[in-house]
Amino acid sequence: MIAGFSIIFICLLIGEGVAHLLRLPMPGNVIGMVTLTAALMLGIVRVEQVKPVADGLLKHLALLFVPPGVGLLLYGDLLKTAWLSIGVSLVVSTIIVLGVTGWLQQYLERRHD
Amino acid sequence: MTELLTSPTFAIASTLLVYWLAQKVYARWSLPFLNPVLITILALMGMIQGLQIPYERYAAGGQYISFWLGPAVVALGVPLYQHLDTIKRQGVAISIALLAGSIAGIVSAAGLAGLLGASDIIMISIAPKSATTPIAMGIVEKLNGIPSLTAAIVVITGVLGAVIGPTVLRWLGVISPTAFGLAMGAAAHGLGTSRALEEGEIQGAMSGLALCVNGIMTAALTPVLLKILLVFLHR
Repeated sequence: MIAGFSIIFICLLIGEGVAHLLRLPMPGNVIGMVTLTAALMLGIVRVEQVKPVADGLLKHLALLFVPPGVGLLLYGDLLKTAWLSIGVSLVVSTIIVLGVTGWLQQYLERRHD
Repeated sequence: MTELLTSPTFAIASTLLVYWLAQKVYARWSLPFLNPVLITILALMGMIQGLQIPYERYAAGGQYISFWLGPAVVALGVPLYQHLDTIKRQGVAISIALLAGSIAGIVSAAGLAGLLGASDIIMISIAPKSATTPIAMGIVEKLNGIPSLTAAIVVITGVLGAVIGPTVLRWLGVISPTAFGLAMGAAAHGLGTSRALEEGEIQGAMSGLALCVNGIMTAALTPVLLKILLVFLHR
């Protein structure tokens, strides 16, 4: 448990450090995710050491988005100024991304097989 | 009493309790619009307004929960590692699908908003909507949009994608687990990923990969695509 948390927080720290030093537009946590994958590939970290903690965190990933979601209250007025154009484009564009990515991937992997 | 209601402990306890109940409701009826995150956000919005708790007081406790987003995103490295075989085997297909999805997302979001009469500043602020919050806000800040509006739009997109995503994909006949995961992560970042994880580990891993790659692509492509779109719309 402690080993798992230590490894994850060290990767996060490395990610935040790299993002800061190189002034990357990527958040530290995404770089930390790549760092953890690399550490596992290189055998620096073993899966058994991080898996229980990682599974625990990911099982409740959705909950972690609740506080920023409640924060939408603050933007009510801002969103109201252009609610129709924003609303329509969000719904349509989300369907387009889902369709293009999902359909194309499925088409390409079937052709490959 | 007011002191208790505005304490971080109250914010944390109410968030956990409402989420727990929302999960129970979702487990019983399993309807897409009963998505636990959506229900919890709406219920808590109603609660803090009803009890007249200033948002900053709620956020003072809420930050202890959302803080864990950082380590949780790092934790996605584990499923990613465990599915490296698939990623290597289908590397080309995955890259093409994600690149196409990223371009389609930026162009359709900003383009549609523009066609429906939104100002340039709103077009800029909506363009990176499918990327994860810090990436999207960083892009918009550089392009002189409204980063706080982007933060709101990104969360709405995430909830929307998590709620309608599986239905839309089923409707389009997308059944491959890899394709399902990639689509959810590309369209709805971390919230899409949390929904993809419910379907299975491979879906979750692919969604985490898509969140990462889509973030990089969106950061690189948004400035160029927006420039072209703005020229085109202002003929």
